[in-house]
Amino acid sequence: MVSEDPGDRLARARTAVAAVEDPELPALTIADLGILRDVTLRDGRVEVTITPTYTGCTAMAVIGWEIEAALDRAGLGPALVRTVLAPAWSTDALGPDARAKLAAAGIAPPPAPGAVQGAAPDAAPACPRCASARTELLSAFGATGCKSLHRCRDCREPFEAFKAH
Amino acid sequence: MSAATHDLPPLVLALLRRADDALVLGHRLSEWCGRAPMPEEDLALANLALDQIGLARALFAEIGARTGQTEDELAYFRTDRAFRNCLLVEQENGDFAHTIVRQVLYSAYADSFWRAAAASAEPALAAVAGKAEKESAYHLRHAAEWLVRLGDGTEESHARAQAALDALWPYSGEMFETDAPEASLVAAGVLPDPAPLRAAWTGTVERIMTRATLARPADGWMQTGGRQGLHGEVLGTMLAEMQSLARAHPGAAW
Repeated sequence: MVSEDPGDRLARARTAVAAVEDPELPALTIADLGILRDVTLRDGRVEVTITPTYTGCTAMAVIGWEIEAALDRAGLGPALVRTVLAPAWSTDALGPDARAKLAAAGIAPPPAPGAVQGAAPDAAPACPRCASARTELLSAFGATGCKSLHRCRDCREPFEAFKAH
Repeated sequence: MSAATHDLPPLVLALLRRADDALVLGHRLSEWCGRAPMPEEDLALANLALDQIGLARALFAEIGARTGQTEDELAYFRTDRAFRNCLLVEQENGDFAHTIVRQVLYSAYADSFWRAAAASAEPALAAVAGKAEKESAYHLRHAAEWLVRLGDGTEESHARAQAALDALWPYSGEMFETDAPEASLVAAGVLPDPAPLRAAWTGTVERIMTRATLARPADGWMQTGGRQGLHGEVLGTMLAEMQSLARAHPGAAW
C-alpha cells in the first residue's frame, strides 16, 4: 500500500469520500450537499475537511464516522476528519444535480443561488410531488435544522423544503 | 477552575461570554422538549436549542484551542460563578410568553452582534459569526412572529406577553455593557462596537412591540453581574440538572 502512487491514492480517497451519503438525506452525498470541502494527503495519511450546514447539525458526528469507515473499507484508513466553519456553508453550494435529487426525494429544493439567506420560508416552494405553486407553510422548523415543513393546497400532501441558508 | 474574569485573556473572556449565552439559552430552550404548546413549536424550540448548543460548541472549541480545556470541561465542570452569560438567558422559561419575550430580546441582540462580528479582525470569531448570523436571523423572525401573535391575540395572551416583557426588560441592558477587556477588543476591531448594536436592537424591538400592540417598558434600573460571574439562583439549579450526568460519570462517552 505504501508503494501506491500518491496521485492514485488521493484519487481513490476522493472517490470513496465523495460517495458518503448524508444520514438525514440518503438521496444525497456529502459532495452533493457541499458538506465535503477537501480531501488531501499528508505523509500518506488521508485528511478530509468537512463543514456543517447548521452549527447544531447532529449528523456531523455520524458523517465523520462514515467518512472514516468508507476510507477503511477502501484500505485508506486511518484518516483524519477535520471540521471548518469558514467560509460558512450556504444552500448556494447545492448544484443543479443536488437540487434535482432533493426534488426526486420529495424535498423541495432551496431557492436558487442569490436568494436572501436566512429568509422567511414563506416564498411558497413548489410542491415536489405535483409541482403546484399553491403551497402553504406548516412550520418554519422541520425534522432537521435544514428543513421547513409545508403542505400543498392542491394534492394536499405535506412535504419538506430545504431552507434558504 | 476559578476562572475569575481578571484571570482570562480578553479574547478568551469575550468568547466565553458568548459561548455561555449560547449554552445556557440552548439548555433553557431544550427544557421545552415534549412540553411545547403544539408539536410544531416543540420542533421549533428544539431546533433553536440545537443551534444554540452547536454555537456554544464551536465557541468552546475556540476557547479550548487557547486554554487547553475540553468542551465537556467547559460545559459540565464549571460552577455558576465561572459562567459569563448575561442574566437574561438564564431566566426560567416561565409561561410560553416569557420564553418568547426572552427569545425576542436576546435574538434581536444576537442577530446584530453576529452580523457585525462576521467582520471581526479575529478570524476565529469571524468564522463562527458567519454561521451564527444566518441562524440568529431565523430565530429572531420566529420569536417575533410569536410575540406579535401573543400580544395582538386574546386579552389573556396580551396580558401575559406584557407581563413577560415588563419582567424581563430590566435584563436587557446587560447585553450592551462594555468593560475594560472588551473595550480593548472593540478598539482592536475584534468585537463590534456596542453603541450601534444598541441602537439597532432598540429599533428592532420597538418595531416588534408596536406590531404586537405591547407597551414599551421604561428603561429603569438594569440588572447586571452575569458577565462577571454573579448569577441568580436560577442558574445554579439549572446547572445542577444539566451537569449531573457528566459529574456522576466523569469521562463517560455515549
